[in-house]
Amino acid sequence: MRRARLMAATRATTRSFAGMVPLVAGVLALASLVGAAVPPSELAEAVSALPVPDALVGAAVGSLSAGHPGVSYVLAGELRGAGVSLAGVTAFLVSWVTVGIIQLPFESTVLGLRFALWRNGVSFVLAVVIGHAVAAVPGIG
Amino acid sequence: MAVDGSDRKQGAHKAGLWLSAAAAGCYGVAYAWRPDVAAVAVERFADLALRIAPAFAVVYVLMLLAELVLDRRRIARHLGRASGARGWAMTLAAGVLSVGPMYAWFPLLADLRARGMSPALIGGFLYSRAVKLPLLPLLIQYFGPAYATLLTVSILLGAVANGWIAVRLAGDGPTR
Repeated sequence: MRRARLMAATRATTRSFAGMVPLVAGVLALASLVGAAVPPSELAEAVSALPVPDALVGAAVGSLSAGHPGVSYVLAGELRGAGVSLAGVTAFLVSWVTVGIIQLPFESTVLGLRFALWRNGVSFVLAVVIGHAVAAVPGIG
Repeated sequence: MAVDGSDRKQGAHKAGLWLSAAAAGCYGVAYAWRPDVAAVAVERFADLALRIAPAFAVVYVLMLLAELVLDRRRIARHLGRASGARGWAMTLAAGVLSVGPMYAWFPLLADLRARGMSPALIGGFLYSRAVKLPLLPLLIQYFGPAYATLLTVSILLGAVANGWIAVRLAGDGPTR
């Protein structure tokens, strides 16, 4: 009985998981292409030249970036050293993980379009808010 | 709409096929226009796939455990709309401890959502993943311990806000 239950659960899980493989492969492929075509450092440089508040720029660049979060930490440190504001690098750090433009098609397919759009939108705004809030604390960074 | 999410799973598979086809098309264009960029992208894809494979293995095991152990009643009690502070604490802890990219967790979250997990907690989980415990030493090295602490607390508070706000804007109904 237990074995039968385990087999049934394994079949159901494998079916469910395998159904997601094309989505995962597509997101991976696009993320790799975007990363190769526009490295985050170049994107940050281009966007920071725009006359827009740092936190907004940071959140926008982080939202468009994909890759290991460790890269965002190193990049944030270098950007801070180059003079980008603490609000800007903080928003960049937070949005890198919390906002996913490239994986939005995947997220909307499995969690619903409305929820995916609102979740990412609210995450973007919160990244900007957290950026300003952290930078406003005296003696930080 | 299917309560068990089976319609959504079929939709996800079809959408995945379209997305993969679109990605292949983009690679074709990239290869014709900038073969050097396409080559780098292929290398990055292979490297990324190898690096995230362990995370997907973890997710598969968790999905299997969920299939075996978690029924609707349990999920509703611990992760449903009425799970309260305990549900939030469990979710935020799970988000902080989770590994791999965000999209690795979508299949499990979709499964739990279909079984009754609150979408607010899903939003909270995805946001709290911004706390990366293994990377804290790196963050401290660049910005100092005070900044790292403040950022961590802000992200966790932001996770609760994110889930709460997103669900009020998007609605808390069944997934479509």
